[in-house]
Amino acid sequence: MAITTEGAAAVEKSAPVRRRAWPPLTLKLAVGLAVAGLIVLFGVLGPLLVGNPSTVRDIGLTAPGNGFLLGTTQSGQDVFAQLAYATRGSLIIGVVVGAITLLLSAFFGVVGAFVGGATDEAFSLFTNIMLVIPGLPLVIVISSYVPNKSIWLVAAVLAITSWAGSARVLRGFTLSVRSRDYVLAARIGGEKRWRILLVEILPNLIPLLASQVVFAVIFAILGEAGLSFLGLGASGSFTWGTMLFYAQNGLALRLGAWWWFAPPGLAIALFGAALSLINFSIDEIINPKLRSQTRAERNKWSVKA
Amino acid sequence: MSALEMREVVKEYRLRNGLQSKRLRAVDQVSFELQPGRTIALVGQSGSGKSTIAKLLLQLERPTSGQILVDGKPMQYRGAAAATYRKAVQMVFQDPFASLNPYHSIAHHLARPVKLHHPAFTRDEVDERVLELLRRVRLDEDFAHRKPHELSGGQRQRVAIARALAPEPAILVADEPVSMLDVSIRLGVLNLLAALQREENLGVLYITHDLATARHFSDEIMVLYHGKVVEQGPADDVILNPQHEYTQLLAEAAPAPERRLAELHP
Amino acid sequence: MSVLNIENLSIDYLAETTVHAVRDVSLTLERGEILGLAGESGCGKSTLAYAITRLLKPPAQITGGRVVFSSREGYDIDLSSLAGDDLRAFRWDKIAMVFQGAMNSLNPVLRISEQLEDVFLTHRPELSKAERRARCGQLLERVGVDRDRLRAYPHELSGGMRQRVMIAMALALEPQVLIMDEPTTALDVVVQREILREITRLRAELGFAVVFITHDLPLLLEISDRIAVMRDGLIVELDDALTLYTRPQHPYTKRLLSSFPSLTGDRGGFVRTGAIDEEAG
Repeated sequence: MAITTEGAAAVEKSAPVRRRAWPPLTLKLAVGLAVAGLIVLFGVLGPLLVGNPSTVRDIGLTAPGNGFLLGTTQSGQDVFAQLAYATRGSLIIGVVVGAITLLLSAFFGVVGAFVGGATDEAFSLFTNIMLVIPGLPLVIVISSYVPNKSIWLVAAVLAITSWAGSARVLRGFTLSVRSRDYVLAARIGGEKRWRILLVEILPNLIPLLASQVVFAVIFAILGEAGLSFLGLGASGSFTWGTMLFYAQNGLALRLGAWWWFAPPGLAIALFGAALSLINFSIDEIINPKLRSQTRAERNKWSVKA
Repeated sequence: MSALEMREVVKEYRLRNGLQSKRLRAVDQVSFELQPGRTIALVGQSGSGKSTIAKLLLQLERPTSGQILVDGKPMQYRGAAAATYRKAVQMVFQDPFASLNPYHSIAHHLARPVKLHHPAFTRDEVDERVLELLRRVRLDEDFAHRKPHELSGGQRQRVAIARALAPEPAILVADEPVSMLDVSIRLGVLNLLAALQREENLGVLYITHDLATARHFSDEIMVLYHGKVVEQGPADDVILNPQHEYTQLLAEAAPAPERRLAELHP
Repeated sequence: MSVLNIENLSIDYLAETTVHAVRDVSLTLERGEILGLAGESGCGKSTLAYAITRLLKPPAQITGGRVVFSSREGYDIDLSSLAGDDLRAFRWDKIAMVFQGAMNSLNPVLRISEQLEDVFLTHRPELSKAERRARCGQLLERVGVDRDRLRAYPHELSGGMRQRVMIAMALALEPQVLIMDEPTTALDVVVQREILREITRLRAELGFAVVFITHDLPLLLEISDRIAVMRDGLIVELDDALTLYTRPQHPYTKRLLSSFPSLTGDRGGFVRTGAIDEEAG
């Protein structure tokens, strides 16, 4: 007894969806980019538009008003002007640390894993040692040796103590990509090694590298804030952390001078949150399964009767 | 190249377990000869050593002992001879989804080997050769601009075959080329390989766990068990008249509907 | 006497574009028969299996039809009406499933005994510890695994043994229907043959019906009573196994059959000399 169905076998197979190279503009990503973008804009253009942040005046600690958007510090300095310069200072630290971390972790992680053999073992050992060395005490020790630190020194110190974690992640990923079939196929095809690294392996690493760099920037800004708060930061320059340090020294909390410590604190929190949102969006490229898991995505599915 | 020979090749891996180490013999005294125009099937279950043999032939691993001879001379790993060898022996991988880089277009995958084989070619000549390769594997020209994720499994495997043919090899190692493809597509891809072998006079090493396709696709079959060749001979002989008990076990275990048919309607 | 009745079942995957995974499928499973469900990847066979055991998760949605189970005791249950405790009691007791990749379905940090006893703890709480232990031992021996492997961890067992443990777990409550989704795909041909023998033997012993899902048509031809061929969510042919093999009607069935060259017989669609080449893929 045979049952067959004819016809309906010819089904329209829709063309496969083109996979996007960039993360889709979700609300998460839009908010992250907007907030981070505004802060960066403020840091770049702000110092050109405000007055001198270091001018000492007689008026002492005053609340916002009277021509001062965010009031003045204990020595009459313009808090808003300070915030503008502090934003620039913190961003510089963030960028420098991000760049140095990228270079160091890419070299010790990616190149080491790709070359393999004794080089890989040596690089890995070095990375693990750097990882195990306690970061904060090392930073404190280095910082206390040099009394008058510039922003650049602080950035360098932070970068040296933070690249190791990133390098380990990159190494693991590179090892897994290195043994994939298409890399083997390139080797069999006769490609030179450096070309394989650049052309086959690196494109796979870009989302991961981006995520690691953003993470390094967040760490740098928070780390710098922590250092400065302890009095070990770039005391001569303006950063969000040094503002908090001076606010603490000037007993701003006790005196209720919220306009002094709240803006830099809020700036750190907002910038950190914005960068994290951007990072989550990058994660969705690396792991597309995350895309469909959020409630927002699920709510889009309508139940047909 | 007229012959590729493996002579008593042994490949051992050292497995480290803490401070102890164990030796694993993946390939144990294997000998055979590959010639252009002939297909040899290497049949074995997982863990039998067949993928290791493929890696040894592609210079991705080196033998622990024994020799691999190219036209009677030992295989070179460096220098001009090695470069010539690498163009003469190519591989088609098992997994169509992993053997193409998701970031690059099909044209890129095919253009690179062409450029490496003909460094003097102009851009136009390379493009022309890429399109010709696509035609040879019965794929449309506009596949050149697509990315791997836009192709089906069978199409990707055809691209992988085209890529293997780009350096104009003499020997093709096909490592389970259809086992990850949908059933109704396997036929087409294997027939394509057979057609290309005839056109290019290739020597093919067909690695598989499937006895049935091994029999119909190849001239000679080698049965591998735990790294050793337990039976070797013309395809029909090995299948219809197996000598070694492992071969007999394999033949009996494979699904054979005609047996049931014969039982019920004698 | 049918044990499972699938009537006009339709299942969709809701996404940017809705995918009709199963389209208006009707199927009857007779008591004690082995029904083979053949098809390639994406045809909807696994989706169908998950729907019968009510294991579908969003974005999958049953959009029409129903599944009716007719118990040995004489009553009928519409599976879509079950919920909560009733559903939990029903699952595994009446219909059990062996999943695809079953060898990874065992919890690697628990011993086999714990995992098997878990079934009894859930469904037969009135059993004493000794009785549970005894039943687990019997189960293992029934599928051909030594009783003292109860104390082992999954990674200590071979692939074939793990598969037998999964089958034992599915048979623990002596269900009336067993659904097996590609149970032998990842196994060696020799082990596969042994597992198939076990299934046939157990079926003869316990009398359950089997829905055997796979893409390997020759395998189905060996053990099934009837075979349904699925493609793109539809059943394109449903027939007695041997009739399907000797007199296939639908062109897709013929194409599938020709993709499997016979080991000892003719070469099917394979052309060794490469003179003809099919357009495929």
